[in-house]
Amino acid sequence: MAQVQLNNIGKTYPNGFEALHPTSFEIAEGEFTVLVGPSGCGKSTLLRMVAGLEDITSGELQIAGRVVNNVEPAERDIAMVFQNYALYPHMTVRKNIGYGLKNRGTSKQAIAQKVDEAAALLNLGDYLDRKPSQLSGGQRQRVAMGRAIVRDPALFLFDEPLSNLDAKLRNQMRIEIKALQRRLGVTSIYVTHDQVEAMTMADRIIVMNAGRIEQIGTPSEVYHNPASTFVAAFMGAPPMNLFPAKVTDGQVMLGDQPLCAAPAQGAVTAGIRPEDFTLDATGPLSMDVQIIEELGAHRLLHGTLGAHSVTVHVSNDISAATGLQRLSVRPDAVCLFNATDGKRL
Amino acid sequence: MRKLKLSTVLDHAVLIAGSLFMILPLLMLLQMTTVPDTEIIRTGPSLTIGDQLDDNFRKAMFEASGFSGENTGLSMLKNSMILGIGFAFGKIVLGMMAAYAIVYFRLRFATFAFWLIFTTLLLPLEVRILPSYEVVQWLGMLNTYQGLIIPLIASATATFFFRQFFRSVPEELVEAARIDGAGPVKFFIDILVPLSQTMIAAMFIIMFVYGWNQYLWPTMITTDEDMYTLVRGIKQIVQVLEGAVVPEFGRSNVLALVAVIPPVLVVVFFQSWFVKGLTESDK
Amino acid sequence: MKRAGFTTVSLPVLLLLPQLVIIAVFFYWPTVVALQSSFYLQDPFGFGSTFVGLQNYIDLFGSREYRRIASFTVVFSLLVTFFSLAIALVLAVKADKVLRGARTYRTLLMWVYAVAPPVAGFIAVIMFNQSWGPLTEFFGFFGHDYMVGVNFNDTAFSMILASVWKQVPVNFIFFLSGLQSIPRSVREAALIDNRSASGRFWDVTFPLLAPTGFFLLIINITYSLFDTFGIVDIVVKGEPGNNPMTLVYKVYVDGFRGNDLGGSSAQSVILMVLVLALTIFQFRLIDRRIHYT
Repeated sequence: MAQVQLNNIGKTYPNGFEALHPTSFEIAEGEFTVLVGPSGCGKSTLLRMVAGLEDITSGELQIAGRVVNNVEPAERDIAMVFQNYALYPHMTVRKNIGYGLKNRGTSKQAIAQKVDEAAALLNLGDYLDRKPSQLSGGQRQRVAMGRAIVRDPALFLFDEPLSNLDAKLRNQMRIEIKALQRRLGVTSIYVTHDQVEAMTMADRIIVMNAGRIEQIGTPSEVYHNPASTFVAAFMGAPPMNLFPAKVTDGQVMLGDQPLCAAPAQGAVTAGIRPEDFTLDATGPLSMDVQIIEELGAHRLLHGTLGAHSVTVHVSNDISAATGLQRLSVRPDAVCLFNATDGKRL
Repeated sequence: MRKLKLSTVLDHAVLIAGSLFMILPLLMLLQMTTVPDTEIIRTGPSLTIGDQLDDNFRKAMFEASGFSGENTGLSMLKNSMILGIGFAFGKIVLGMMAAYAIVYFRLRFATFAFWLIFTTLLLPLEVRILPSYEVVQWLGMLNTYQGLIIPLIASATATFFFRQFFRSVPEELVEAARIDGAGPVKFFIDILVPLSQTMIAAMFIIMFVYGWNQYLWPTMITTDEDMYTLVRGIKQIVQVLEGAVVPEFGRSNVLALVAVIPPVLVVVFFQSWFVKGLTESDK
Repeated sequence: MKRAGFTTVSLPVLLLLPQLVIIAVFFYWPTVVALQSSFYLQDPFGFGSTFVGLQNYIDLFGSREYRRIASFTVVFSLLVTFFSLAIALVLAVKADKVLRGARTYRTLLMWVYAVAPPVAGFIAVIMFNQSWGPLTEFFGFFGHDYMVGVNFNDTAFSMILASVWKQVPVNFIFFLSGLQSIPRSVREAALIDNRSASGRFWDVTFPLLAPTGFFLLIINITYSLFDTFGIVDIVVKGEPGNNPMTLVYKVYVDGFRGNDLGGSSAQSVILMVLVLALTIFQFRLIDRRIHYT
């Protein structure tokens, strides 16, 4: 059974701005769904509508089989972790975690027990009597998690929870959150603008752009079969190389070289992931390598292919030099998009 | 030995001169309270410290100076306290309530209420004293504490200050509280008021001093001597000094000092809060 | 408004009500009454009033005394503002520089903030006591027979001195906090770019303090116009006579003592327009300051 169900959910502000076009999808029980997209794409609005912090102007929202459009956030059986943690600065960690339970009328004893359990789970036992200002960023993040866990909700909501941490801590917390979610088995919606977070954490990714869903799929689907040039360019670092190409004689031509068979006529956009190129002395394509980025495990070659800039990913055992290099591409690695609307062909 | 730089010496000289400019008048008042009035009439302030302070203090605090026999220093001190604390308290409570309503509620006429309240920042009480006096008279509030305090509260400084502060409180806090099941009243009491503690303290100091130091309004509104505040009583002191054969400088100066010391102590002791409140409220 | 504000309607109305009621009764009502009565001539015996249109205003602008008081107020305000700002700026710059005793200086220079204006006036009265006032003797030393309440200029000087003494601390606090909010990195950059201390002050510190200065300028003008009432009243010992006085004092004297309600109200309205202009000017400045930073 779907734990969360959105039926044509849309958001139009009083000034007429349509922040979210009517959108439908379902999230299965226990699934970890990541909403990803650039800032202003409507992902946070969508999350906040699910939380009840933002009015739903059209459509119907169900959580655990119940229509909750007009239900107060506290009654929706959800928990939320905020970007800046939103801890109450004047309360101790213990009080912060227990505040929601206290408001629900849970007994003092039960609160104490639940807070202790959550603290043990999150390694916060030693910090329960501290104020948030006395904690490090990672610890605050855990307190925010603790506050969500004790509610024992039907749905976890995460609003860019890692964006205030430094890179190292972010990697660590990413794994912790994912592991915790697996252990507790709670359905989760996670909003981020970081495609690495989306790829590594999600069971399913929803890529959003300009108030619309561009693609829904597993990380692998979204990466290897992007539904549009937007997804192709947004997911993956470095992004997919995109070249304007022409179709002649049923072949997609990049410059004067055929790439693969063409399903359509006229102009198309050809997309090739950087790692799908191979350095090949006999290859048909000729790249002018200008800069080599040494990344340890692999190298990135930046340069031009004909009139277009291109990035190529090679493993570190392949020697590379600047100047002209020959490349080849497997025909099945090429993604083709409509040249005008960017949709996948 | 460390070399003493000329510029540093100069800096200190300027600061010492400034400090003396500020403090000397107060020391002079103080000196005059320690010597007999007859000596002051002859020589004015001097460097001698006498033994009259006790006597002058008793006269100033416990003997009435007016005609009705009711405005002792003590009664004026009481009135000043009531004015200062009542004003600060009223202003903060009303200001926080109004600011909370304006910032945290989706209210159709919030913008209108905002402008209605903030227009009061444009015009000080001084430009409408006469009609204000008439209104208070009409309401039968002359010579009452309500009449003294409430019209002074009719401006938006505290509301403005708390509005600014509330707006700086992270948005997510109210959202987290809503998810935690806190309604508007709970959020205000559990979260917002504790968060505002420092701000409330700063505001209280500023407002206490402001209320305590009111002069024009108390002068108009209180004609009963037992309603006089210390600051309002200064005028009477000056008039008595003018008319007297042997002006009681010692006693007058004690009253002036008593009028100054409580707010000064508050400002000096809670300096950091006060400075924070002052410089942040006006930005 | 917060984006996720509460949607209850009755509670915020209840919260706003006390403030709105007080403002309506003690702000809007008196303001409207002042506006209205400035167009009427009050019967001196209290039997009703007659509509006279703009006559009260015409009388005021025609009155030589009113023009004299207005021009004195302008001079008074400018002098008080200039000297309080200048002295405070110098002291703040020095207090910001010294390391030893910084806290003590700060306390000594700001406590006068808490002194009520009439007390400042009272101190001036003592200082300039006719027979033995220390400052009277100081001027006597230079051959000037200082007479507060008799000599117009002497009285004016006492008022200005007391007003400046009372106002320096506020300006000091703001200037010091303005100085301390200049980022350390900016000061260090200036230290590298400019050898001369005075050059650094005029090229870097002063422009960065300018917003604070503009803001204080308005505050000080408003102060000289209104808050000096207590000083003026005490220095002239409640006897206006031929003594210098400010426009606000004149409103009080005419309306409260002289029972000229119409004239006094017209003066109030003129002051309202003046403050309104100042405040709007100030809001515009603050607006711009927000764009700066």
